Amino acid sequence: MDQSLRELYQEVILDHSRHPRHFGALDNATHKADGHNPLCGDRVTIMLALDAAGRVADIKFQGKGCAISQASASMMTEMLAGRTQAEAQKLMDGFLRLVKGEDVSDLSPDDREYLDVMSGLSEFPMRVKCATLAWHTFKNAVDEGATDGSAA
Amino acid sequence: MTAATKIAPAFDVEKIRADFPILSRQVYGKPLVYLDSGASAQKPRRVLEAMTRFAETDYANVHRGVHYLSAAATDAYEAARRTVQKFLHAGREDEIVFTKGGTEAINLVSYSFLVPRIQPGDEIVLSVMEHHSNIVPWHFLRERHGAVLKWVDVRDDGSLDVEAVDAAIGSKTKLVAITHMSNVLGTVTPLREIVVRAHAKNIPVLADGCQGAVHEIIDVQALDIDFYALTGHKIYGPTGIGALYAKRAHLKAMRPFNGGGEMIREVSRDIVTYADPPARFEAGTPPIVEAVGLAAAMDYLMALDRAAVKAHEHDLLTYARERLRDFNWLRVIGDAPGKGAIISFEAEGMHAHDLATILDREGVAVRAGHHCAQPLMERFGVASTSRASFGLYNTRADVDALVAALGKAREILG
Repeated sequence: MDQSLRELYQEVILDHSRHPRHFGALDNATHKADGHNPLCGDRVTIMLALDAAGRVADIKFQGKGCAISQASASMMTEMLAGRTQAEAQKLMDGFLRLVKGEDVSDLSPDDREYLDVMSGLSEFPMRVKCATLAWHTFKNAVDEGATDGSAA
Repeated sequence: MTAATKIAPAFDVEKIRADFPILSRQVYGKPLVYLDSGASAQKPRRVLEAMTRFAETDYANVHRGVHYLSAAATDAYEAARRTVQKFLHAGREDEIVFTKGGTEAINLVSYSFLVPRIQPGDEIVLSVMEHHSNIVPWHFLRERHGAVLKWVDVRDDGSLDVEAVDAAIGSKTKLVAITHMSNVLGTVTPLREIVVRAHAKNIPVLADGCQGAVHEIIDVQALDIDFYALTGHKIYGPTGIGALYAKRAHLKAMRPFNGGGEMIREVSRDIVTYADPPARFEAGTPPIVEAVGLAAAMDYLMALDRAAVKAHEHDLLTYARERLRDFNWLRVIGDAPGKGAIISFEAEGMHAHDLATILDREGVAVRAGHHCAQPLMERFGVASTSRASFGLYNTRADVDALVAALGKAREILG
């Protein structure tokens, strides 16, 4: 069996895709965005509540798609809860590099360890967009998805 | 006939495979199992060589120069048109318009034939299993001219009921636009019967033949069809070339499509007059080398016993259906009688893209997604499917490789 496949579809990822964390609607969302990958039909909606200090007080997602897109969304929500926007941006930048096999030494050891299960994606360039959909959608939600209609 | 020729197989797939250089390559260290011919087919050496030879010896622009090569290139380009005519059994060579593909052929009919005839509320009849290329041009007419799209459903097995098509054709119908063969389900539609029903009400019929022309023997005169669109690259020819067959009377009445060189009779500061069909619809320098390649691909197919090719593909389909029956976690979508060699399926608990990624690493190339047929996905309640589409060069061993790879996918994802 192809080792890179085992790495891509390792238990942690399959578990996240089958039992996604933070899955569902967020009633008190301050920001929301829909992400869609028209090529493969992956869909994800990111809902989050920013507190007065600009931290991600709560975050949830809904969606449908391949194991990679759903696992990535699930893991992202786990990581982003409690972060400031600046921290979230740094994580996102790191994640986008990680899935392309690039250097992520600027991330904290904990973050690196958590995200490491996604590093196998660098062997599957056609699937990188599946993993990054949730992150781009999060960014859209923060930048343009204020639920009160105001731009951030 | 000698006894030896009697028992010789009508179709020798190994001999065919030797004609396709790419089939001998490996991917990820495994033999390539190419089951994506429905998206684009591989090309036989004869096509590649015909294009190279033409570019090396006879190439120039067509219809323009008086010099030797221009005449040679024009001859080759027009000979290619006659090959398409022969392939489709069209009555006249000037009923063949070269396009850059099937999509452009359908858009040409939409713009040049239908738009001048359409009034708000007029209807276009199409099936839910159309490819987006036979949907979006009609959506343009809906958006821009108030046309109404009348969708004909398919049966649960993916077959098309000719009575349903007939029932959808009303007093406001301006065109029936229907696939000859579904790129997802493999369903082959009863084109002749549809034409009879539509013509009884004086309604023209367009067939999207991008898949049909590959697997069926097309006789546009016997079909009495108005428009037949096809593309080169699915028919073992090059990309960038396709063709539209249209009845001479339609072509003569149609307004030009793109404006530019080659399509005019005369241009002055105040007036422009247009060339006769088919030149009227071939503005600009056409895909000349590609036309030569398309003709080579059609010649290649016409030199084969096409009934034997069809029987071979049917055998692959039957064998694949049998083998896949072992997997109770797999649902095949589309089981119309007489369908072509395309199998779409959904696997329980496995997204099509994850499945395709795993199959790919086993060397098995399938397509995953909505196959540019989102209304059909909706009809069957699926977001996407995996699709194995067979070409004349596929073998039962390819089916075995698919089945083995599916087993591995189940092991990893199941």
